[in-house]
Amino acid sequence: MSKDMTGAEMVIEALADQGVQHVFGYPGGAVLPIYDAIFQQEKVRHILVRHEQGAVHAAEGYARSTGKVGCVLVTSGPGATNAVTGLTDALCDSIPVVVITGQVPTHLIGNDAFQECDTVGITRPCTKHNYLVKSIDELPRVLHEAFHIAASGRPGPVVVDIPKDIQFAKGTYSKPREFAHQGYRPKLKGDLNRIKQAVELMARAKRPLFYTGGGIVNSGPNASTLLRELVKLTGFPITSTLMGLGAYQASDPQWLGMLGMHGTWEANWAMHDCDLMICIGARFDDRITGRLDAFSPGSTKIHVDIDPSSINKNVKVDVPIIGDCAHVLEDMVRLWRAGGVQADKKAMGEWWKQIEKWRARKSLAYRNSDKIIKPQYAIQRLYELTKDRDTYITTEVGQHQMWAAQFYGFQEPNRWMTSGGLGTMGYGLPAAIGVQLAHLKSLVVDIAGEASVLMNMQEMSTAVQHRLPVKIFVLNNQYMGMVRQWQELLHGGRYAESYTHSLPDFVKLAEAYHAVGIRCEKPGDLDGAIGEMIKVDRPVIFDCVVDQNENCFPMIPSGRAHNEMLLGDSGESVEDAITEEGKMLV
Amino acid sequence: MSSTSHYPAAPTAQGIETRTLSVIVDNEPGVLARVIGLFSGRGYNIDSLTVSETEHQKHLSRITIVTRGTPMVIEQIKNQLERLVPVHRVVDMTVSGPAIQRELAMVKVAGKGEPRVEALRLADAFRARVIDAGTESFIFEITGASEKIESFINLMLPLGLVEVSRTGIVAISRGPEGM
Ligand SMILES: Cc1cc2nc3c(=O)[nH]c(=O)nc-3n(C[C@H](O)[C@H](O)[C@H](O)COP(=O)(O)OP(=O)(O)OC[C@H]3O[C@@H](n4cnc5c(N)ncnc54)[C@H](O)[C@@H]3O)c2cc1C
Ligand SMILES: Cc1ncc(C[n+]2csc(CCOP(=O)(O)OP(=O)(O)O)c2C)c(N)n1
Ligand SMILES: [Mg+2]
Repeated sequence: MSKDMTGAEMVIEALADQGVQHVFGYPGGAVLPIYDAIFQQEKVRHILVRHEQGAVHAAEGYARSTGKVGCVLVTSGPGATNAVTGLTDALCDSIPVVVITGQVPTHLIGNDAFQECDTVGITRPCTKHNYLVKSIDELPRVLHEAFHIAASGRPGPVVVDIPKDIQFAKGTYSKPREFAHQGYRPKLKGDLNRIKQAVELMARAKRPLFYTGGGIVNSGPNASTLLRELVKLTGFPITSTLMGLGAYQASDPQWLGMLGMHGTWEANWAMHDCDLMICIGARFDDRITGRLDAFSPGSTKIHVDIDPSSINKNVKVDVPIIGDCAHVLEDMVRLWRAGGVQADKKAMGEWWKQIEKWRARKSLAYRNSDKIIKPQYAIQRLYELTKDRDTYITTEVGQHQMWAAQFYGFQEPNRWMTSGGLGTMGYGLPAAIGVQLAHLKSLVVDIAGEASVLMNMQEMSTAVQHRLPVKIFVLNNQYMGMVRQWQELLHGGRYAESYTHSLPDFVKLAEAYHAVGIRCEKPGDLDGAIGEMIKVDRPVIFDCVVDQNENCFPMIPSGRAHNEMLLGDSGESVEDAITEEGKMLV
Repeated sequence: MSSTSHYPAAPTAQGIETRTLSVIVDNEPGVLARVIGLFSGRGYNIDSLTVSETEHQKHLSRITIVTRGTPMVIEQIKNQLERLVPVHRVVDMTVSGPAIQRELAMVKVAGKGEPRVEALRLADAFRARVIDAGTESFIFEITGASEKIESFINLMLPLGLVEVSRTGIVAISRGPEGM
């Protein structure tokens, strides 16, 4: 079936055919024909944001919480450049988004025309792929291909730059087809011999550990189900990265908590001491490995990843398996069952005994107070009061993000949206808007820092306009707390520019946006105030005034290895903990 | 302690190797920028790079890149190249079996008298062809392995070498198979 229509109409037609129901965007001269086409139809709904960065984060939240591709429409020049942070964020965290940018007419490209920028040049390093469409004939194919590339293999952002004359031009639209790209064919099935080898190693292991990551979430809910099955079958302990939280249920005894720089004592010690590491959909990020030469020195390493470039990038592994998590996990479960394999019972007993010793260290413990709200306590209460609801959590970046990861017990995948790889302050509010749009009836909370949330505060208008009752739970410590923590550790407590001066009154700010503001300053009032926040069917800014001096522990300081974690209640002075060389690092 | 980094330590333990990679790509706008951008963005070296369309019907080009790095970095370079959507295949010509590597250079030499005669004599020994000649200058065309071209240029240096234009390396594997 093919139809004649304008380029602008093709864009809408292609979005609809790709199952896009919502597109986040901001208009401008170079996309007016597409906006005109949006105006004249009802298949695709446009969500007007207040800044193009917000549009991309909203699309990311939408994508991560649904498993679908998020979609964005922005104008040329400043519209496109404003989207760059969002694109980079999506690239770092492997989030599928398609961003359509307007461009000056083809004959003006390269002429420094009004609102011209080299969009494909600027976005080349921060997209999985990008296109400049130079003829109406290629537009339908490019649009469909963009969605295919964004969603398949290792997901990521794709930009389609469409000059204005192409939007006006008439051509023949064609529907998406099963298409085989010549060069681009991600591998889904893992090599069966390698998987067999992995299962044999698992059966023989004495101190095994699953180390899982965002790849499980990318792979889809089935991967989580299979992971849970395999973990139960084997009886092995499991830890996960920040990006993988929720893929395995946090309430289960086999769960050791998050690992890495702010991971638990038991997760990091188990990584250090294990004899078999089974890495599935994680990428040995530097927040995980710590000092490389001391990273899990005695283990045999299995690595399952869909992207060959993730394998042997930082850490040399023994059994690389290239494939999709769900596919490989399915094979692993089948082989384990078929072989009638049993884990080494005696060794596992010893291993768990050791792990329980580490766990008994209670590394997330903090000294609570009845006078001042401790940020950890605030998250714990938020968790207790929302866990039985249909809840989604997003975050900004900083201490509050780490406390959310440590203290909010995620039970399911796709419930946790955070900026991990790029660490983009200002991610959480627009992401929450995207999540809420996809789950209108659910409770969506952005666990925020007072500094981060101001970076995209303008999106409150978006939430109010589109009746998206997101809850912004601000852990207000009046500091860029994560920066303050590093200054305390590395720079002699000289808190250069990390005090967030001249903060707005968040309650009044909420009201100025026609939203609801709530302030809470006492631990005793917290439950009631959170209850009130949940009850309100409108956007809320919750100003939770917390202890200004709290630090986030455990912490593996720069220059240290997994078994050299700092704990909050450890006697060691933090100033002594970082070596001169460590100060050079971030 | 050799390294106290939260970032991967520079892999000095492994030796640096030189490799020639052949890359088959879709001949579309921007493809070379993607490849070069990958190298500059990730801090990889390019010692030599050549590119030209090789299969007009299929719109395929072949890029030959000579690069340097530790084995782990070389593996990354190959994987990162393969990740680019328009890239079809990457073959490491240095390890995939015996391969032939060639380069072409045009060498301009100016001079009179004895040096001029000497330059011609050497060109003959190197099988360099004269492709342009005047009373005061020659242009030689020479093809061969890079080392051969290198030594020819060195010999021309005292004989009135004016300038050199080189193509960079192209490579192809021996035997009946293609890549
Ligand atoms: C302030 C701050 C502190 C942080 N501290 C920590 C910390 O203490 N601990 C921590 O864990 N992180 C921390 N992070 C996050 C960290 O920077 C990384 O983002 C994170 O560790 C990466 O997670 P991942 O390895 O799961 O990889 P992801 O970025 O989620 O990558 C997923 C991997 O899976 C692969 N993949 C994708 N899809 C599939 C599929 N279908 N099948 C198979 N493989 C697939 C990809 O190729 C990739 O290799 C912190 C971030 C910030 C901002
Ligand atoms: C866009 C951006 N700029 C700067 C940083 C560096 N940075 C990381 S955390 C942080 C402080 C965040 O403060 P806040 O939002 O109040 O969170 P807190 O750590 O206090 O919980 C800063 C400035 C960043 N991650 N992103
Ligand atoms: Mg703060």
